[in-house]
Amino acid sequence: MNKIPALSPTVLLAVALLIYPLIFSGAFYLDVGVTFLLAAISASAWNIVGGYAGQVSVGHAMFFGLGAYAPLLCYKLYGWTPMAGIPFGIAASVALAILIGIPTFRLTGHYFSMATIAVAELIRIYFGTWDLVGAAIGMQGPATARGWWDLTFRSELPYYYIFLTVLAVLLSFTYLMERHRFGYYLRAIKAGERAARSLGVPVQQTKIRALVLSAVFTSVAGSLYSVKTGFIDPESGFGILVSVQMVIIAALGGAGRLYGPLIGALILIPLQTATNTWFGGGGTGLTFILYGGIIVLIARYEPGGIYDLWEQISPRLWRRKHAS
Amino acid sequence: MLLLQVIVGGLLLGAIYALFSSGLTLIWGMMNFINFAHGEFVMLGMYVSLLVVMYLGGGPAAFGFGAAFALFVLGVVVYLSLIRYVLRGPMLAQILSTFGLALLLRYTAFWIFSANFVSLPQTSLSGTINVGGILMPIPQLVAGVIAILLTIGLHLMLTRTTIGSQLLAVSEDRGAAMLMGIKPDRMQALAWGLSAGAAGIAGALMAIAYPWSPSVGETFGLTAFVVVALGGFGSVPGALFAGLIVGLIQALSAFWFGPIYKDIVVYALFVALLWLRPQGLMGKA
Repeated sequence: MNKIPALSPTVLLAVALLIYPLIFSGAFYLDVGVTFLLAAISASAWNIVGGYAGQVSVGHAMFFGLGAYAPLLCYKLYGWTPMAGIPFGIAASVALAILIGIPTFRLTGHYFSMATIAVAELIRIYFGTWDLVGAAIGMQGPATARGWWDLTFRSELPYYYIFLTVLAVLLSFTYLMERHRFGYYLRAIKAGERAARSLGVPVQQTKIRALVLSAVFTSVAGSLYSVKTGFIDPESGFGILVSVQMVIIAALGGAGRLYGPLIGALILIPLQTATNTWFGGGGTGLTFILYGGIIVLIARYEPGGIYDLWEQISPRLWRRKHAS
Repeated sequence: MLLLQVIVGGLLLGAIYALFSSGLTLIWGMMNFINFAHGEFVMLGMYVSLLVVMYLGGGPAAFGFGAAFALFVLGVVVYLSLIRYVLRGPMLAQILSTFGLALLLRYTAFWIFSANFVSLPQTSLSGTINVGGILMPIPQLVAGVIAILLTIGLHLMLTRTTIGSQLLAVSEDRGAAMLMGIKPDRMQALAWGLSAGAAGIAGALMAIAYPWSPSVGETFGLTAFVVVALGGFGSVPGALFAGLIVGLIQALSAFWFGPIYKDIVVYALFVALLWLRPQGLMGKA
C-alpha cells in the first residue's frame, strides 16, 4: 500500500464523491454536483495536452462541441439512441486533432494556441449556418425516454454516477500515463523541447498523441453534456467560454497535476453557481469578468495553481504542528 | 462596377486591419509574445472615441488622438504591471495572462456599454464621393487612407529613427542592447504603448465608418492573427500587405457567398497557411 503515496487522499476523495448525492439529495445540490463532475472531466481531459505536455489549447471547445453534436445528430437523423453517436464524436475529434496537430506542433507553442482558437471559432460560426445541425437554433434530444438506453432520466442521480464513473476512468488513465514512458516524454517536452529532442524523445509524435488522447476524452465530455441536457447549440458546444472554463479550472487547480482540475472545479463551480444565484441572469457577465480576473492573477502570481501553492505552504504548516 | 466598389471597400477596411495588426506583429517580433487581448484594445479605442465625442466634443482629430493616447497609456500599464512578470515565465502563464486580460476587458465592456451596437454621431466626415463611377463613403475613404499612412509611418519610425533602432536592438539581443546603454524594460514598455496605441487609433478610425459592439474585439483579435500569420511574424510591411489582402478576401467572400461567410473564409485561410506556409508571405523561414 505504501507504494502508492496518493492512495489515502484518493480513497477519501472517492468516498466523498460517492456519498455526496446521499447527503445532499436536493435537486439543486445534485445539479451542482453533476456540473462539477462534468467540469472536472473536461478540465482533466484538457490537462493531458495543456497541462502535462504544456501545449496550451484555448479552443478545446471544438472537441467538446463535436462530441456534443454527434449524439443528437444521430437521434435527429436516424432516431438512434443518442449514445450511439458517441463513437462518431470521438472519431471526428481525433481526425480534427491530427489535422491541427501536424502543422502547428512543428512550430512554437504560440502557433498551436492561435490555431486552436481560430479553428474553434471557424467551426462555431460554420455550425451556426449549417441547416443539418439546426444552424443557430441547435438540436434537441428525445423529450421522453423510450427506454433506459436513451439515457434520458428525470432525476439527476443516474447522471451523477455515470459522470463519476467516466471521471474515475479518466483519472485512472491519467495516473497510469504519469507513470508510463509516455508521461515522462510529455514532461520532458514541457520542460524543454530541444533538450527532449536531443535525448531521443519523438517530440512531434508525442505531442500529437497527447492532443488525440485529450480530444477523445473532451469529446466524451461533450457527449455526456448533450445527452444529459438533451439540447445543443453552437454557443453551448463551441463557444469560447466552453474552452475558457477548461483552461481556467485546470490552471487554477494546477495544470499538469493529476488532481489539479478536480481542485479547480471544486473552487470554481460553487463560485460560479453562487454568482449566478446572487446576481440572477445578469450574473453571467459578471462571472466572465471574474474568470478573466482569476486567469490574470494566476498567470501573474502562481502559474502552478493552487496545487503548487499548497506544496509551498504545507511543509511549513507541518513543521509548526510538530513543534507545538 | 459593383464588384469594383466591393474591392475598394474591402481594401479600405483592410487598411485598418493593417494598422492594428502592425501593433500585434511589433510585439511578436520584439518579444516572441502573442497578445490575445489585441482585438480588445481596438474595441476599447472605439469606445474611447465614443466617450470623447459624447463628453468632450471635438472632431475626428480630437477623438483619434484621445483613443491613441488612452490606449498607449493602457499598453504601458499592462506591460509594467503584468507582461513584464510573465515574459520569462512558463508558456502557460504567457498565454493565460493576455487571454485572461481579453476576457476581463471584453466582459467589462459588455457590462458597462451593454451588447447593443453603437455608432458615432454624425461627424464632420459624411457623405459619399464619386470617383470614376465608384461611390465611396467619405468616412471609410478617410479612415482607410489615414490607416495606410500611419502604418507606413510606424514602419519608418522603426527603421529610420534612433528610438526605432533601440527597439530593434532590444529585440535582436537584449543583453547586448543593455551594454550599449539601452534600457530594455523601458523599450519594451514603449513597444507595448505603441502597439496598443496603434490598436487604439485603428479603433477610432474604424469607429468613424462602422458601427460596433463589445463583441468586435474577439473578431478583430482573430483577424489580426490571420493578418500577422499571412504577413510574417514581426514584419510591419508584411502586415500592411496582408491586411489589405485579408480585407479584400473578406469583402469578396461576403459579396459572393453571403456576409456570414466572410470570417469563415478568413479563418480557413489561416488554417491553410499553417499547413502550407507557416512563416507567412514575407516572413523568414
